[in-house]
Amino acid sequence: METASNPLSDISPEHKPGTAAIIIENLCKRFGDHIVLQDFGLTVQREQNVVVLGKSGSGKSVLIKCIIGLLRPDSGTIRVFGEDVTKLDHDALDKIRVKIGFLFQGNALYDSMTVRENLEFPLRRHWFDHSQKEVDALVIEALENVGLAHTVDLMPEELSGGMLKRVALARTMILKPEVILYDEPTTGLDPVTAREIDNLIVKLQRKYHTSSIIITHDMNCVRNTADRVALLLDGHCYAQGTYADFERSADKKIKQFFE
Amino acid sequence: MAFTTNIKTFFGETGNIAGFTGRFFSTGLKPRFEFRELLNQCYIIGYKSLPLIGLTGFIMGLVLTMQLRPSLVDYGVESQLPVMVGIAIVREIGPVITALIFAGKIASSIGAELGSMKVTEQIDAMEVSGTNPFKYLVATRVMATTLMLPVLTVMGDAISLFGAYIGVNIRSVTSFHLFFTQVFHSLEFSDALPAFVKTFFFGFAVGMIGSYKGYTSSKGTRGVGSAANSAVVLSSVVIFIIDLLAVQLTDLLGLN
Repeated sequence: METASNPLSDISPEHKPGTAAIIIENLCKRFGDHIVLQDFGLTVQREQNVVVLGKSGSGKSVLIKCIIGLLRPDSGTIRVFGEDVTKLDHDALDKIRVKIGFLFQGNALYDSMTVRENLEFPLRRHWFDHSQKEVDALVIEALENVGLAHTVDLMPEELSGGMLKRVALARTMILKPEVILYDEPTTGLDPVTAREIDNLIVKLQRKYHTSSIIITHDMNCVRNTADRVALLLDGHCYAQGTYADFERSADKKIKQFFE
Repeated sequence: MAFTTNIKTFFGETGNIAGFTGRFFSTGLKPRFEFRELLNQCYIIGYKSLPLIGLTGFIMGLVLTMQLRPSLVDYGVESQLPVMVGIAIVREIGPVITALIFAGKIASSIGAELGSMKVTEQIDAMEVSGTNPFKYLVATRVMATTLMLPVLTVMGDAISLFGAYIGVNIRSVTSFHLFFTQVFHSLEFSDALPAFVKTFFFGFAVGMIGSYKGYTSSKGTRGVGSAANSAVVLSSVVIFIIDLLAVQLTDLLGLN
């Protein structure tokens, strides 16, 4: 049992000191009187996909925005590879952000740039010593990973929803991050495309040995991608376990996600 | 009650803009500089605004000359038309009208562009990729507007004077050489310098307000529209306030 109140009580703790990529402890975040996260805790092991499941508005996106430093938590610690990101200044945060990829729910591709320029943008800012030839090779490699090498000179507006998501995923992966945060990667996609995105997430995780936190309420995405699942409810981590543990659970609050 | 709220909003907004401006000086001017993006913005903001500034400047010079002529004819000083038009354009009308046209085109464009980037999380995407979006998006645009408006004003003044030359020649015949000799003989250093210097402040205000409105716009398409609109209105008002202060200052310095 990971916590005293974990309804999946038959699950043994998975935390192994020294192997964790992200350790979140006692995280609290509120907006005015509205408490979003209350003593939230979660550990993500290296090379593990953890899905954070929760209803809309439960604070899932707030959680990953705190991890990447877009939001400052009120209290608690978030250690990424041992460094507490809540204590870092802007420059130090920028350095650790190179190790963390973030896939936005709305893709957030720069709409004034071509696909190539979108992918080159992070490379140009961090890998100064790369020649144009090397940059081109990395861009094509990233696009080939998502099966879209032919779109390299297109503008984002010329791509479909699924293609935009895959290009965004390619941009997220281009700096070879060690941790990737996915904000609702399959929302708004048809089931076939959503499945393709799920498969890409798993494929890229295996290829580059990344650790991931995937925020979703799409149970197909959970089943396809999760090594481990955490349920965010009322601001805290209500339960943690594997997808099978969740599926077997008799807990009413867990079962409602499978109905 | 509503009045009190408006006053609070006004001072709140003023404080926020002051804070945003302070951030420009504390963060935006520190290395590493975004030279490539600055050049790109100078091209977009400066070069691409030239046709509009040129056209409006030409019409302004032409119309001003045509409107002034009857009054000068009544007083029997028609020959002074190039002098009057030249001083009016170089000292006041050229910089202010150019700045207002510039504000209409550029402040709205910056407000809408950054507002749209904010709504679609592109600014957040830039931040999580380890790029400082304030330096990349705001500092470059503010520097580009500050540098480009004086250049555009000089060009706009020149085109405006050419419009005035055409205007003079509609009813009489004045040679190109005579017209410009009269204009430049009547102008002094103290006419041109303060007018030129204040355009840097106009440009800075346009860039800063456009960026502030876009960068801090609220979520949604309505927020983007509102950012573009309020950027134009506020920067136009600020241009007049700066102009008023500049006139007072040059008066105090004995440059008028």
